[in-house]
Amino acid sequence: MTAGEVAEFIDRFAESSRAPVRPHTTVTSLRRTDDGYQVDTDQGGLRCDTVVIASGACNLPVVPAWSGAVPDSVTQLTPFDYRGPAQLADGPVLVVGASATGVQLAAEIQRSGRQVTLATGEHVRMPRTYRGRDVLWWMDASGVWDQRHDEVPDLTRARRLGSPQLVGTDERTTLDLNALTDLGVELVGRASTVRDHELLFSGGLRNVVALADLKQDRLLTGFDEWATRTGVDGDVKPVERFETTRVAASPRLRLDLRGIRTVLWATGFRADYSWLDTPVAGQVVDGKGQLRHDGGVVDSPGLYALGLPVLRRRRSTYIHGIEDDAREVVGHLAGHLGTGQ
Amino acid sequence: MTTIGSVDNGVNVQALLDAREALKGSPEAAQFTWRATTRWENGVHTTTTVKDFFGLGAEQTHKARSTFTADHPDVFAAEDNGITPIEYLLVGLTSCLTAGVASVAQNRGIQLRSVEATVEGAHDIRGILGADSDVRNGYNGITVSFSIDADASTEDIEALVAQSQKRSAVFDALTNPTDVTVKVV
Repeated sequence: MTAGEVAEFIDRFAESSRAPVRPHTTVTSLRRTDDGYQVDTDQGGLRCDTVVIASGACNLPVVPAWSGAVPDSVTQLTPFDYRGPAQLADGPVLVVGASATGVQLAAEIQRSGRQVTLATGEHVRMPRTYRGRDVLWWMDASGVWDQRHDEVPDLTRARRLGSPQLVGTDERTTLDLNALTDLGVELVGRASTVRDHELLFSGGLRNVVALADLKQDRLLTGFDEWATRTGVDGDVKPVERFETTRVAASPRLRLDLRGIRTVLWATGFRADYSWLDTPVAGQVVDGKGQLRHDGGVVDSPGLYALGLPVLRRRRSTYIHGIEDDAREVVGHLAGHLGTGQ
Repeated sequence: MTTIGSVDNGVNVQALLDAREALKGSPEAAQFTWRATTRWENGVHTTTTVKDFFGLGAEQTHKARSTFTADHPDVFAAEDNGITPIEYLLVGLTSCLTAGVASVAQNRGIQLRSVEATVEGAHDIRGILGADSDVRNGYNGITVSFSIDADASTEDIEALVAQSQKRSAVFDALTNPTDVTVKVV
């Protein structure tokens, strides 16, 4: 589905559900009252018994604190500013971050004729298709996405993990680091800091690509074992493995930023809870600005969350994960209303 | 021993200057490979030995084999058979900088009477414990304090310390990224 199709789908759902949707309304504050919550918006206030926060995890781009040391001659953009390569000055571009956003923008900008250098930290590698099926089919069918939040070994890490290196195209092409190398993108290690007009990159590039290669193989082995166990081996193409990620003999460790026109920070996003009233925020937002919740149940009676990474299961990160999550969270919410607490 | 005037810090500066001239014309001879071999003992206790290296176009050998024991302290629930690996970085840094101070002082005709470097590395161990992925594994900052008694002005002593950083292998290795390959053989 394209972004436009997803928006249409949601519009149709709003019509069919006849929910009182208030479009073009920005919530400016949420505070607790004696018996519920007061929500203020730019279109007036609302009194609520319960509130479900579904404002997402990607409200603001995250850039490193040291980005201020980048010389003024370089234009700095985040994915919120970026619309297409046409807005970029001609000349070399540094893309920082190699999750879904970073690899997609690196490919698009490199194809526009600008030399791209891609700073690569830890990332999640995935083939677009595996044994003839989309990798997301495998994630769904094999049960990876069903893993519950309380079964994930390191939930904090799982919730912070960058998006897999995937792109949606009609050709279903894989957009991994090897594909970018083939396009002419230069891979370098994680961007660590700016010193004297130079950006310094980690010397650990080989390790982060080896980690991603090993994890990809582990994921695919899990798919294969599931296919054998459940007898779908015959319905899919033979087992395949992919070329390990190629790294130059001596990856660049420093880049003179005076020779770069644009730095694009694809260094992730964070949620914005600045609109929560201070006493509420103090109770439910942790020191890193993340909402504290247990499977969507927030530690403030009648306050809930939906649509956050690995909220209740791995599937929660994706838009279709909302179905089961909503059923369970709304179940708790209905119980709260029923007891009159 | 070459000295400048009556200054003698025990550094053969002339030999270093001669080597610099000689290696300008033969960069291949300047390629050195330093080596160490670490053997796991038990727990986090390891023994590292250093004996051979390569340089000046040939295999070379130290006069004696050196052995370094590393471990973790009691507070990490280990046996504390030796200092921690990250403390060895501090050992490398200040021994390199101090050697640099002596060499530069010799070259500049400054007689040293005493040199003492104290180093502190600030380390948030939540990184290595995986307790907080925003905390780096390595040092957050390193501070070296030199106390130098020499026949020189404060300015000249500060210049010695500055020049020793400029030519320090370990200072460079710690402050600039290095391509690192780790493989299973």
